[in-house]
Amino acid sequence: MKLKKNIPLIDQHDKFGFWGGKFGGSFIPETLKKPVEDLTKEFHKLRKKRNFIKKRDFYFKNYVGSPTSFIKLENLSSHLGGAQIWAKVVSEANGGAHKIYNATVHALICKAMGKKYIVGDTGAGYAGKMLSMAAKKFGLKCKIFMGAKDIKRQKPNCDAMRRNGAEIVPVYSGSQTLVDAVSECMRYWVSNCDNTHMCVGSTVGPNIFVKICGWSTAQISRELKIQLKKEFKKIPKKIKLINCVGGGSSAYGFWSEFIDYDKKHIELIGVEAGGPKKSKLHAAPLSRNAKIGILHGAASYVCQNNEGQIQDTESISAGLDYPGVSPIHCFLKDTKRARYTYATDEAALNAYKMVTKFEKLNPSLEPSHAFAEAIKIAPKLSKDTILIVNSCGDAKKDRDILKDRLGKY
Amino acid sequence: MNNSLINQSFKKAKKENRPALLTYTVAGDNTKKKSLEILKSISKYADICELGFPHNTPIADGGQIQTSAYRAIKNGVKINDIFSIVSKFKKFRKDKPIILMGYYNMIYQYNENKFIKKCKKSKVDGLIVVDLPHPENKIFASKCKKNKINFIQLISPTTSKLRLKKIIKDSHDMIYYISMLSTTGGKLKVSPKRIIQEYQKIKKQNKSKNVVIGFGITEKTIKLLKKADGLVVGSAICKEITKSIKKRQNTVINVTNVVRKLKNKIK
Ligand SMILES: Cc1ncc(COP(=O)(O)O)c(C=O)c1O
Repeated sequence: MKLKKNIPLIDQHDKFGFWGGKFGGSFIPETLKKPVEDLTKEFHKLRKKRNFIKKRDFYFKNYVGSPTSFIKLENLSSHLGGAQIWAKVVSEANGGAHKIYNATVHALICKAMGKKYIVGDTGAGYAGKMLSMAAKKFGLKCKIFMGAKDIKRQKPNCDAMRRNGAEIVPVYSGSQTLVDAVSECMRYWVSNCDNTHMCVGSTVGPNIFVKICGWSTAQISRELKIQLKKEFKKIPKKIKLINCVGGGSSAYGFWSEFIDYDKKHIELIGVEAGGPKKSKLHAAPLSRNAKIGILHGAASYVCQNNEGQIQDTESISAGLDYPGVSPIHCFLKDTKRARYTYATDEAALNAYKMVTKFEKLNPSLEPSHAFAEAIKIAPKLSKDTILIVNSCGDAKKDRDILKDRLGKY
Repeated sequence: MNNSLINQSFKKAKKENRPALLTYTVAGDNTKKKSLEILKSISKYADICELGFPHNTPIADGGQIQTSAYRAIKNGVKINDIFSIVSKFKKFRKDKPIILMGYYNMIYQYNENKFIKKCKKSKVDGLIVVDLPHPENKIFASKCKKNKINFIQLISPTTSKLRLKKIIKDSHDMIYYISMLSTTGGKLKVSPKRIIQEYQKIKKQNKSKNVVIGFGITEKTIKLLKKADGLVVGSAICKEITKSIKKRQNTVINVTNVVRKLKNKIK
C-alpha cells in the first residue's frame, strides 16, 4: 500500500472507489446506484469547469470568509515551554466551523443538478447549521437529521438551524447520536433520491461523498501553505499539524496540501475521541485499533463487535462521537503517513481550560481534543518545532456541557 | 442451477396459476425458538422463506424491520444461531427454500468463504445482500454459484437500462425488483399498474428468470400485483410480530394468520 505524489489523496482510489485496495468503496443499496453515479459524474464535470471553481472561490472568499487567520499562541507556548504552538483559526469561518466549506459546495452542486431539496446529517450540529445556512443562501429546502441525544447537548446549533428555516428530524433509534443520524439520512435519501440531494457531513460515506467533502475542506491547507510562507519566508523545517478526527473532514482539509512532504518534515497527527477516562467506550477506531468493517456505505476501521454489529460509542464531543472514520484516514494510517492518537474527555476539558486561560481563543470540544495532544507533546519538543492546531470549531455550541463540567462558560 | 429448490418453487406456483409467496422474517425475532416456530408454521403457506440476519445499522430498512432486528439482537441472536435455525427448519421441511438476507458487514466479519460454507452446510438456498450491489458483488456471487447457492440480484426503479441488462446477465435463478424508491416498510407510493409495467421490462429481457416484487406489499395491495412470478411481504409480517408481542398474544398463530390471508388473496 503506497501513497502517490502529486495526486490529491481524494483521487488515489481504484475504479471501485477503494483507497489502498480496501478502504472506501460504495456499499449502497441498488436504488442509490443511479443517484450516486449521477452525482459522481456531475462532480467530476464541475470540478474541471473554470466557472465552477470561480464560483467556489467567490463564495469561499465572500461568504465563508477566507483566509481564516493563522496565529501564534504566545502565552500558551511560553507557559508550556518547548515547541511553538500556533493555531489556524478555522472557527472564524462563517457559522463557526469548517463544515461551511462542504455545505457550500454541496449547495452549489445541488443547484447545478437542478434539485430543490437538500438533506444532511449532523452530530455537533455544525454540519447541520452550515447546511441550513447554505440552503437558505441558495434558496433550497433543507432537512437535517440529528440524534435526539445530540439535539439536547448541542442546543445553540439547533436554534440556528431552525432560525435558518431548516427542519430538524430527531432520530431516536440506536444510541441517538451521529451514527444514527447518518443512517436515517441515508434512508431518507433512498426514498427521495429523485428530487433530493444528500450531503454527508464529513469525509465518510460512499466514495463520492468522501471526495466532495475532502475537495471542499482542502481550502484550509491551501490557505495555510500561503500563510506559512508569508510568516516564515519558507516552510519551516519541523512542523506538526495536529487535528481532531471524527469523520476526518477537517483533518483532511488541514493536511491535504502537505501529504506529499516527508513526515520528518511535516508530521500529521490525528486525535480521536477517547471517551471518558473510566469508560470502556470511545470513538477512536484508528488509534484503538478497531477492525475493518462496512459502515454507511464504505469500508473503514469501525468500532464493532465480532459479529459486525456497530458498537456504541461515547464522547463528550458530539462531533467526534462516531464509530467509523474516513477511508482516507485509514489509508494514511496504514501507509504510516499520519499518526493517530486519542484524548479522553477529561484531557479535552483540561485543554479547553488551559487554552481559554492563556489565549483569546474559544475552541469547541472537538479541537480541544487536538489541543490536548499539543499540550502533551509541546514541552518535550525543541523551540524550532512548529506545532499547528486546527481550531476548527467555536465552543458556543458547547456552553451547556462546559457549564456543567467546568462550572462556568 | 436449473433444478434448484428456488426454481422448483416458482414452477409449482406457476402450475397453480399464481405468484409464489415469499415471506420475510428476522432470525431470532423475538427469540431463536419463536422465530423457528414462526418459520415452520408459515411455511405451510409461503413458497419461499426469507430470513433476515439482523444488523444494528440497517441503512435500507424502515421502522418495522428495524424494530424486529433490534429485538432479535437484544435477545442475543448470533450468526451461528441463524444457521442453526436454518438447519433445524430444513430438517422439518427440506423442500422449502430459505433465502438469507442482510448486510455485507456481517458476512465480511464472519469471512466470506466461511459464511458460504456454513450456508451450504445448513442448506441455505439463496442470499440477498442489500448493500453489495452489482458489479461489486460479482466475485461473491460467483462464489455462491459454485456452491450452488443462489445470489439474488436486486433491481430498482432507478436502475438504468444498460445496468439492467448487465445485472440480468449475471443473475442466477431469481431477481428481486424493488417496487419503488423507499426503504422497506414504506407505503406503496407507485400504482400497481406502473410497477407491473416496470416488472415486465425486466421479464422481457429474459423470460427464464424468476422475478419477484417486494417493498410496500400488504394484504391490501398484494392482489393487484398478482401477475408477478413472486411477491415478497416483510414489514407487514414484522409489524404483526410487534403487535402480537404488545398485546401478549401468540405470535405464531397471529403471523400464520396473516400469511394465510396473503396466500388466499393470490390464489
Ligand atoms: C468543530 C468540529 N470539529 C470536528 C468535527 C469532526 O468532524 P471531522 O472529523 O469531519 O472534522 C466536527 C463535527 O461535527 C465539528 O463540528
